[in-house]
Amino acid sequence: MNAALSFPTQRAAFFGGMRAAASAPALAIGASFLGFGALVRESGLNLWHGLISTATTWALPGQVAMVELYAVGAGLLAVALAVGASGSRLLPMVLTLLPLMRQPGIPRWRYYASAHFIAMTGWAISMRVAPSLQPALRLPFFEGFTVILWSATMVGTAIGFLLPGVLPTEVTLSLVILTPLYFTLLFLEDLGGKRKRVALALGGVLGAPFFMLSPDWSLMLTGLVGGSLAFWLTRKEKI
Amino acid sequence: MQDSWLWPLLVLAVAALSTYVWRGLGVALSGRINPASPFFAWLACVAYALLAGLIARMVLLPIGPLIEAPLAARIAALAACVASYYLTRHVLLSILLGGAILALWLTFAQA
Repeated sequence: MNAALSFPTQRAAFFGGMRAAASAPALAIGASFLGFGALVRESGLNLWHGLISTATTWALPGQVAMVELYAVGAGLLAVALAVGASGSRLLPMVLTLLPLMRQPGIPRWRYYASAHFIAMTGWAISMRVAPSLQPALRLPFFEGFTVILWSATMVGTAIGFLLPGVLPTEVTLSLVILTPLYFTLLFLEDLGGKRKRVALALGGVLGAPFFMLSPDWSLMLTGLVGGSLAFWLTRKEKI
Repeated sequence: MQDSWLWPLLVLAVAALSTYVWRGLGVALSGRINPASPFFAWLACVAYALLAGLIARMVLLPIGPLIEAPLAARIAALAACVASYYLTRHVLLSILLGGAILALWLTFAQA
């Protein structure tokens, strides 16, 4: 997607966000929830449970952890710890996106509501697009973009739940792999400056080994170690 | 308690809150962060490294249905997708090509 966007009004920015999402992003993100829908069914939960989880948690790794723990009869504390550990990755994302979207006159509740929709795709696209957008248009663009993604995940969850075994395994797997493929291109589309490149490269190298060390905290560990190292290596670059 | 129809809803609520707490905390703290500061640049590095790590993990050590596809097939799909992206600059086409490569690999490897 082109990083240089402009819209005449906030409403146009909202619709522009919707249009930007209604292609590869919605397909790739919707497809990733097919697997979740199937997992919900296998775990003895019903379709509504799956849809409520997608609507209210909206962070796939945490949702998968929740369903797996439910299936083995884990307690609430175990669920809170595992899902909380997985969700910690959202903190640095919110802390870097929100300052770009803050505007005088926007009521605080709107930030709290929009933050629910911060996840990898909307975050990466907005981080890229925001600097070229007028500040007042950034939040509406983000909201339009993520409302489409959120809808796609609801559809993906329902299809995954309702159609297990209908599609051949080869087809299901080739749909599910669209997500990591799309995420890869999401960052290759705009590698940004040297600092971002080094951070992405180090994270890519450290991600799998750290996961073998500690599945729950591996992402935060990868971010803190890889990100700090990248920051230090590029300390001579301008901020 | 775990036999009650309320139990799954309780688990769902705990999962939703344990996730939102990070988003809400982020909003609460973000007002004090200056996007032009070194701290912001460091946070962005942390976020980018973390997400790159997540993507690498999804391809190399998947936790969902992709476990069933061999590592070589996943890497072939990713390589085809990236090569296609650099040749065509078309995102949708390139991810679909990667998906198709995986489907073909699985079909012929089983035959």
